Amino acid sequence: MDSISCDRLCKSFDGIRAVADLTLELPETGVVAIIGPNGAGKTTLLNLLTGFLRADSGRCLLGSRETTELAPHRIARLGVGRTFQDLRLIEQVSGLENVMLARPNQRGEGVLAALLRFGVAKEEAANREEAMRLLRFVGLADKAAELAGELSYGEQKLLTIACCLATEARILFFDEPVTGVHPEIAGQILDLLCRITDNGKLVVFIEHDISAVRRVADLVIVMDDGRVITQGPPSEVLERPEILEAYVG
Amino acid sequence: MDYALHILIFVGIYAILAVSLDLIVGHGGFLSIAHGAFFGLGAYASALMAVQLGAPFLVGILCGMAVAAIVSLLVSLPSLRLHGDFFVVASFGFQIIAFSIFNNWMELTRGPLGIPGIPQPEVLGWQVDSNVEFVVLVTVIATMTYLVVWRITTSPFGRVLHAIREDEVVAKAMGKNTLRFKVTVFAVSAALAASAGGLYAHYITYIDPTSFTIMESILIISMVIIGGAGRLWGPLIGAIVLVTLPELLRFVGLPSSMAASVRQIVYGVLLVVMMMLRPRGLVGTYAFGR
Repeated sequence: MDSISCDRLCKSFDGIRAVADLTLELPETGVVAIIGPNGAGKTTLLNLLTGFLRADSGRCLLGSRETTELAPHRIARLGVGRTFQDLRLIEQVSGLENVMLARPNQRGEGVLAALLRFGVAKEEAANREEAMRLLRFVGLADKAAELAGELSYGEQKLLTIACCLATEARILFFDEPVTGVHPEIAGQILDLLCRITDNGKLVVFIEHDISAVRRVADLVIVMDDGRVITQGPPSEVLERPEILEAYVG
Repeated sequence: MDYALHILIFVGIYAILAVSLDLIVGHGGFLSIAHGAFFGLGAYASALMAVQLGAPFLVGILCGMAVAAIVSLLVSLPSLRLHGDFFVVASFGFQIIAFSIFNNWMELTRGPLGIPGIPQPEVLGWQVDSNVEFVVLVTVIATMTYLVVWRITTSPFGRVLHAIREDEVVAKAMGKNTLRFKVTVFAVSAALAASAGGLYAHYITYIDPTSFTIMESILIISMVIIGGAGRLWGPLIGAIVLVTLPELLRFVGLPSSMAASVRQIVYGVLLVVMMMLRPRGLVGTYAFGR
């Protein structure tokens, strides 16, 4: 399995360094939490690794393959999925349609196949079945037909997870998956993050809630000023007085 | 009777144009001001094939569609990589260039002199030489256009297209090559517009550049916006309204010197009123420019 990593990665915005000479290799599987104060460069790092931002210098790698210059959709097709801090869904269609949309390699996405429909109905039925399975997995089966925009905030967060899983990505980045969510759904989301890794996937999530990190993370990476300042198991990292003081208060 | 059939034929031709433009405006969410140019490309290609090479009607139409689809790539490939606003500017530029070519390439298009003597269509041995027959032909091609657009927009391809319209970033994160979808749908839209151009050329039997100006593009956009973007019936309703409205103005008794200006004013007022009161158009699902 390929691990995702970066080498001496730099990114600045108008002269302000967001990611500074950052070298990091993530494990192949497990749950990794990235924490740090606002402006530490966490989301910028995620955007760089998933192709939504171009690095000023340095390299992003998936296994031995360089992904620094690849477009986001190509990185996604290599098995790197993500959600966004600001919820991004296709709000005008149902939750089921959102998940079906995320399914990879759909024959019906070619214009000729769309016109002629050879084998498309069968493929759609299979995609619908898989999408329903994923909606059941995240606990939204009974909301499948509802418009994504009419779901509650927490349910929308769950839907983004289902969409991310539907891409069949092996490496999944979640940007603040439980921020602003009702505690009950937050617990549900955290359980999901752990269960996802049962299939050998890597889950990386950015989070400010230290108790959530402590509950599910196998590895914690602490960032500040665009750099990784420390990393290790939560039992070690989150007990350090300077970390507790800086990020827990 | 012939007059009514003439109006019906024009409703059919403009329905093809409006429905094909809606593929990109209503379903893809990006605005093109070049539809009049693709309409013209189809008309000129089809007319030249018939007049200069004696090609059959269907061959001319298909040739026009192919030319329009290929030319659309030259516009869309560089500009659709950029933000939507750049594409609007690029399509505007293309419309101006296309008109200049129609108007100035004397050896090919005969410029302002136009191309006369375009034969009436003959389709697989069926000579279409009356307005009734032309209504049938236009209806068949308009229905085929509807079927193409319906098949595309209700397929997984259409689902991605709608996702791009709503939030392109999400589509990219899901692994969709959004540029491919946009370029493809623009080419399909251009090809369908060219088929309307071929019909127009063979119906009127004479074309000149004044039929393919930017005003034509704006008229087609108005049909989509007034009828309603993102729904199959919307552009058709827009075409019916904007083709018949000027005809109704004839009965008001305006002098012919004023009729054209009044028509433009009516279009403008209609657009402003629709934007204020019904931004989704008469039956549309998508409010363009949200």
